Parts: sequence; structure tokens; C-alpha cells
Amino acid sequence: MKNKKIVIAGIAAVAAVLLCAVISIACGVKSVGVRSMIGAFIENGAPALEVSIVRARIPRTVFGLIAGAALSVSGLLMQSITRNPIADPSILGVNTGASLFVVCGIAFGHISNGNQYIMLAFVGAFLTAVLVYGLASVGKGGATPIRLALSGAAAGTALQSLVNTVMLPDSHVMDQFRFWQTGSIGGASWSDIRIISPYLLIGFVLAVYLIPSLNILALGDETATGLGVNVTRIRVLAALAGVLLCAAVTALAGPIGFVGLMVPHLMRAVLGPDLKKLLPFSAAGGACMLVLSDVAGRILGRPGELESGIITALIGGPVFIMIIRKVKVRSI
Amino acid sequence: MSIIEGYRERRRRSCLVTGILACLALGLAAVMMIYGNTIYSPGEILAVLTGRETGGAVFTIKTLRLPRMLAAILCGFAFGAAGNTFQKLLRNPLASPDIIGVTSGASAAAVFGILVLHLPGNLVSMLAVVSGLAVSLLIYFLSQGEGFSNGRLILTGIGMQAFLRAMISWILLKASEYDVSSALRWLSGSLNNVSIDQIPRLAVVVLLSMAAIAALNRSLETMQLGDDYASVLGVKLNLVRLALILFALLLIAFATSVSGPIASVAFLAGPISSRLSGNGNSNVLASGFTGCVLVLASDLIGQYALPVRYPVGVITGILGAPYLIWLLIRLNRES
Repeated sequence: MKNKKIVIAGIAAVAAVLLCAVISIACGVKSVGVRSMIGAFIENGAPALEVSIVRARIPRTVFGLIAGAALSVSGLLMQSITRNPIADPSILGVNTGASLFVVCGIAFGHISNGNQYIMLAFVGAFLTAVLVYGLASVGKGGATPIRLALSGAAAGTALQSLVNTVMLPDSHVMDQFRFWQTGSIGGASWSDIRIISPYLLIGFVLAVYLIPSLNILALGDETATGLGVNVTRIRVLAALAGVLLCAAVTALAGPIGFVGLMVPHLMRAVLGPDLKKLLPFSAAGGACMLVLSDVAGRILGRPGELESGIITALIGGPVFIMIIRKVKVRSI
Repeated sequence: MSIIEGYRERRRRSCLVTGILACLALGLAAVMMIYGNTIYSPGEILAVLTGRETGGAVFTIKTLRLPRMLAAILCGFAFGAAGNTFQKLLRNPLASPDIIGVTSGASAAAVFGILVLHLPGNLVSMLAVVSGLAVSLLIYFLSQGEGFSNGRLILTGIGMQAFLRAMISWILLKASEYDVSSALRWLSGSLNNVSIDQIPRLAVVVLLSMAAIAALNRSLETMQLGDDYASVLGVKLNLVRLALILFALLLIAFATSVSGPIASVAFLAGPISSRLSGNGNSNVLASGFTGCVLVLASDLIGQYALPVRYPVGVITGILGAPYLIWLLIRLNRES
């Protein structure tokens, strides 16, 4: 009976992802019909303009799907290791850390290829994650939600002022990387997807491999150690996977916040805390969320486009406040 | 006996520090008037200000340097005093207006006023004030779960800030290229383009709010002992808290409407002045003057000390960053 429910939910998730992909290809400044969509793959006499619109929208849709899944899983991993419901790459300031390193790379090192971006973003994100977690867990009591959020916000503010300092004097850098302020998947191309895929694949595989141990970790450090889990090793590996996933997306799309916060939270409310179910469903939910945000941005921002990072923040801010109202927070 | 002596000793130290800070602020203000592309002597400046001279210096001094200097003093004072009030009120040095999202409420409304409604400057300031107040009241009420919690207040502020920043980016994106530069001032604080007719209103608000905050100072000091003690000692907690938040917000919102959100000043001024003048009193004046010194000095550095001219908000932002990190480490270690 239970298995049957999961199978149905799984089919529903796949259908939702496909539906989102179709919406993303069909809607926008100019909407296209089913005929043109098919026309992009098989010659059927659909108008050439519409066919080329469809072809242009396919890479950004694919990129949106995998980026959304990556961000969502990254948030889920961070929440599991910190045992903290409000951990998310944007709340923890990790996105800003990645931005800072990439902007520095552009301004001082004149880097220009995608792999270099990803490596720099990864280093920046990882250092920031360590810094923020370290800041939050100094002293007694460890990293409580409020400490973690405050450390993240503080580090984010500090890093953002550094990003501004590097960017402001150089109008070239500023122009090239304005999107570092808000993330967007609009410029994604097939080559971006090719560059990012291996990194995301490593991240996803690592996440799946860690699921059983992370489930045990949720019982508490002592119990987990008693059950034979190497707590430190699992934490470090999961953190690496989480940072890799969000850093790779941030490197190519800019900081996109709150996907990793909202989706796992929603899924946890529906499915319960078992990571075996949470992980795939969060990935599917994240993919839908980001692609739909992108579509909303295209429609709300007419005649231009609104970056998807803006939309996720518009939805995510209130959701964050809602979560805080439910969670018990102690003041420091 | 020794308790009273100690009290007097601390009192004396606090007065002395406040005096020194005020002198330092005045000195920096004078430097700001004198120094620039052309260096004027104090005599010349006095002559211009009293209307005895009508040469080319009049434009530089009266239109460019005087409003800038006055705005730096008033905004610095407002940010410093308001930040200090928030930090003392919430008993948390991290709870400054720029971290908990009050300033972004004012900024979002201002950007909306300039770019979408095309309002003139005066109305934009009013809108910024009203929306700064509204946003902070909203944050206050949203953070009222089961009882008031400082932690929840700060977290709600962070969430609100993310939301408002996204709104600002949206509005900026929809606006025409032409208006954007005047709206950008609202995102990183800057003293460029301050005009003299904005000053009197700001001055009145700063004086009135300061008087009110100073009058409530005693209750605020008592509240440092903790809510339970304060309420036993006869402080009307909710009333005082609301009044102080309101006046501190007035300061922030009006100052923001003139200079934009100058980063970190509200956050730095309180702790620096407590460090200088000793703990135990809620140093309203000292933190105000510390704010002045910070803004004046940072503006001078941003204008003249670096190869590129930076707006003052960038300099204060860089000053604030390392302190923020250090503060976090210390706070967590203590708690």
C-alpha cells in the first residue's frame, strides 16, 4: 500500500516536472503553440520564428531544471548536516562568497571560461560555508538556528561590500557581471549545461550515497556514533556535496536564493523526514520551482525579463518569515 | 561611598569622551569645508558664509560643501543614535537597522517613488519615512509569536530584507535607464547631490527625536537589567519599547531619505562609543557623535584618499565588515 502511494507520487512528480518544462518552453514574451514545439524537432511547416523561439528556450529550460534540482538538494543537505530548518545557501551567505571569488577572478585574474568560474565559485563558497559555520558554532550551545542565520547574514553583508568595492571602479567588470547581484538562468546555453553537468553529477551521486548515513545522523551525533557512523566524515562529505551543487549553479547563474529553503521545507511537511523520499522529491520540486520562477519573471518583466533570483526572493522572503514563526527560536 | 564615587568617575569619563568626540566631529567638518580641489582658508569660508564675499567661492562652499558637511553630520548623528537605541533596546549588538531590514523598507519605497510614481524629492522623503515605519511595525508584529522574542525579530528582519531587495531590483529593472542613476543612490549611501533645502527638515527631526530618546534614556538604562527587573522597577515596558523604536525609526528614515542607507554606521557607532565611554550608561550622545565622526571621516577617505572616488556607503561598509566578524566570534564565545 505504502509503496503504491510512493509510486503514484513519483509519477506525479515526473509529470509536474514535464509540465513545467512545457510551460517554460511555451510561455514568455511571445507564447508559442504545440505545433511549433513539435516543429523544433521534426520538420512540420510551423512558422520559422516560433520554431527558433522554441529552440532558444530549450537550453534555459534544461538548465533551469538541473539548477533548481541542485539548489534544492544543496539546501536539503545543509539542513541535514546542521540539523537546522533555515539553512540555505543564500541565508548562510555561501552564494555571496562564491560571487566574491568569481568577481575577483574577473577583475584581477581576467578569467573567462566556465570551468574556472566554477572552481573559483567552489573555493569561495566552501570557505564561506566553513567561516559561517565556524562563526556560528564558537562557544557553548553550538550552531543554533538564530546564530547560524545571523552569522550568515553578517558574513553576507561583509562579503557584499567587498563585491561592491571590487566592482564599482571598473565599469567593464560591473557591466559584465551585473547579474551577480541577482541570479538569472536566462543566458544559459548548451555549453553551460555541458560544463556544469559533471560537477552536479558528482554532487548528486555523493548526496544519494550519503542518504542512509544522514538519516542516522538525524537521530543525534551520539546515537549515530553508537550505530557506527563516522559523524565527522559524513558531515564533511555532505557539506562538500552541498557546496559543490550550489557553487556550480552560482558560478554560471549568479546567486539564486531561497529555493533550497522553501522546497525541502514543503516536501518535509508532506512526506516526513525520511531523506530517501525527500531527496528525489526535493530535486523534482526545486526543478519545478526554478523553472516556474523563470517563466513568472518573463511574464512579469515584459517587455524585458525579470531575473529568476528576484522571483525566488519575492516568494522566499515571506516563506522564510513563515517558517521562523513556526520554529522555536531562542535569542542569543 | 565607593559606589557613588565609581558612578561619578564613570559619569566624568562619559562626559569627557562625548566632548572629545564632538570636537573631533567639528574638526572633521571643518576639514571637509576647507579641503577639496581648491583649498580655502577658514577666513574665506567665514566671509562666504556670512555673505560678505560673493566671488567664485560662493558656489563651491555654499552649494557643494556646506550641504554635504551638514548632511554628513546630521545623518551620521541620526544613524549612530538610532542604531545605538536599537542595540540597547534589543540587548543585542547585531540588532542594528541595516541588519534587521528597516533601512531597506525606506529604500524600497524611495526607489518606487522616484522610478514609478515620478514624485518630487520632498514627497519621496515622506514616502520613505512612512514605509520605513510601516515595514518595521510589520516586522515587529510578525515576530510576535508566543511572546516577544529578540531572535525572531532579527530573523524576520532578515527575511523581510531579502524580500524588499528583490522588490528594489524589480523596480530598477522596469525603470527607464535615465532615472536609474538617481535611484541608485538609495541602494548604497552617498552624500553626492545633497541640496541645502533638505537640511532644515532633517535637523528638526534629529533634534526632536534626540530629545525624546534622551528623555526615555533612564527607562532604557533600567531595561538593560532585563525585562523582569525593569518591570518591577516601574518601567512600562511595552510603551517605552514602542516609543523608542518609533523615534529611532524616525531618525533612520529621515536620514535615509537624505543620504540613502549608509552601511554599517548604525551598527558600528553604538559599540565603539560604549567601548570608549565605558559601559553602564546608554551613551545616546556619544554614539551620535561617533556616527558623525564615522560618516565625515569615511566621506573624506572616499573622496580624496583613494585613487577612485567611492560613495561614503562603500567605505563604511568595508569598515563594518571586519568588525562584524569579530563581534560574532566574541558574542558566541560569551553566550
